[in-house]
Amino acid sequence: MELYDVIIIGGGPGGLSAAHAAYENGAKKILVLERDRELGGILQQCIHNGFGLHHFKEELTGPGYAGRCIDLVKDKPEIETLTDTMVLSVTKDKQVTAVNPGKGLFTVQGKTVILTMGCRERTRGAIRTAGERPAGVFTAGAAQRMVNMEGYLPGKKIVILGSGDIGLIMARRMSLEGCKVQAVCEICPYSNGLTRNMVQCLYDFDIPLYLSHTILKIKGKDRVEGVTVAKVDERMRPIPGTEFEIECDTLLLSVGLIPENELSMAAGVEIAPFTNGPRVDQRRQTNLSGIYATGNVVHVHDLVDFVSDEAEIAGKFAALEAQGKLAAAVNTVEVSPINGVRTCVPQVLHLPEGGEPVRLFMRVGAPDRKVTLEVKCGEEVLVKKLLPVVKPSEMITLDIPAAKTKLMQKTITVGLQPK
Amino acid sequence: METKVMNCIMCPMGCEMTVTLENGKFVSVTGNTCPRGAKYAETEVTDPRRMLTTTVRIQGGLLPLLPVVSADVLPKGKIADCVAYLRNVTVQAPVKAGDVIVPDILGLGVNIVASRDM
Repeated sequence: MELYDVIIIGGGPGGLSAAHAAYENGAKKILVLERDRELGGILQQCIHNGFGLHHFKEELTGPGYAGRCIDLVKDKPEIETLTDTMVLSVTKDKQVTAVNPGKGLFTVQGKTVILTMGCRERTRGAIRTAGERPAGVFTAGAAQRMVNMEGYLPGKKIVILGSGDIGLIMARRMSLEGCKVQAVCEICPYSNGLTRNMVQCLYDFDIPLYLSHTILKIKGKDRVEGVTVAKVDERMRPIPGTEFEIECDTLLLSVGLIPENELSMAAGVEIAPFTNGPRVDQRRQTNLSGIYATGNVVHVHDLVDFVSDEAEIAGKFAALEAQGKLAAAVNTVEVSPINGVRTCVPQVLHLPEGGEPVRLFMRVGAPDRKVTLEVKCGEEVLVKKLLPVVKPSEMITLDIPAAKTKLMQKTITVGLQPK
Repeated sequence: METKVMNCIMCPMGCEMTVTLENGKFVSVTGNTCPRGAKYAETEVTDPRRMLTTTVRIQGGLLPLLPVVSADVLPKGKIADCVAYLRNVTVQAPVKAGDVIVPDILGLGVNIVASRDM
């Protein structure tokens, strides 16, 4: 069986950034396995711009960002990439079994494995919308692939459920392609997308946004003919008497993303609540020795730049472990999100003698302004940061210097200072 | 005098600003919390501009479509015309990221370039 220093499952921005970081940190034999026909992941269908400002200090389109990531791994004999390759299983002993048209079924052995499978979209089944089962109901991402890569329009008269960035971006995209976007409905009382996308994707095209509204019913026998929309109360329950109809031939769903962890779970990787991804330490190691996870498979990101940043952490430490150079951990610290912070990655710290710099990636539960984020151990405040504005849709980061991590014992809390 | 309410998009704060105009000319802005907001407000009411990303047809490539991007911002009012023009453009593979697909689109002084290799 062929032995690799690092085997990476998934050739999107996470996998490619991890591969490059592993190479930079001395790994000599790296394998990237990608199920699509080319590298780059979902970015290849995100043709809009706005990517890369943090990571590459330059505004790029999705394919542009993917191209940068592909350039990082190409022409390097240390990095082997296989596309059109579906991974079937990963074992806790780091054996990876995959299949592709050229090699058939094969198993390779990793000294370390990095899981970067990304996430997938929630579908109609996940939100249990009543009504008929006509053609014309798509996830926004599936429609995006059809329009931007395959050259098909999913329909002409569109309603979009969910105001996350993918929904907003698709509202603009469909409008530019000559479709009529009738409405965007959002169950929350606030939009889940960036203000920039609200302005440039909805207001520019006079597309109505119904906040605190949801779709009760999809109508049409063979093809979608319309949807029944209703206002919801503060507990997101439809209010009787507020129903109205919107005519459409297509419904696009932008109702959330789920980390894709079937392989992780089958390997025995522990999954964390709320993020629905592997529970990882600051090096992105899972509960299984030598198995790392990073990117959207760990927690869903809003910026690909942060995916690259995190993947570099995973790639570095996987490479060091493969070479037997990983500093042994002497201190285990649990990270506990409290007071308005809903999720925090990493969930646990395994700190070596002398500590280690740690970057926390967090999401809040509700929008707020002028808040102070603080990391505490017992009553002692280790680090704090003033934030002018926080939103559930925008990930927050906080750096903890190595010297501060030395002071940590058992548990640290990450939360917003009570007002 | 007329007023216009808009959201700033310069940073995540998303300040709600009110712009005062006289005969279509910018007079003043309130509600912004930084100078970048004031500048955005003035440009947005006098000469709004947008980046354009769309696709053109490609022959002999991995995919039937090539994603393209404007090399700079275009007047907002011309975006629809640019898209209509690009709908009839077909290129031949291979193409490199950054290759000019349409020079000086509609005489607006902005090139349309390929977003990726294909």
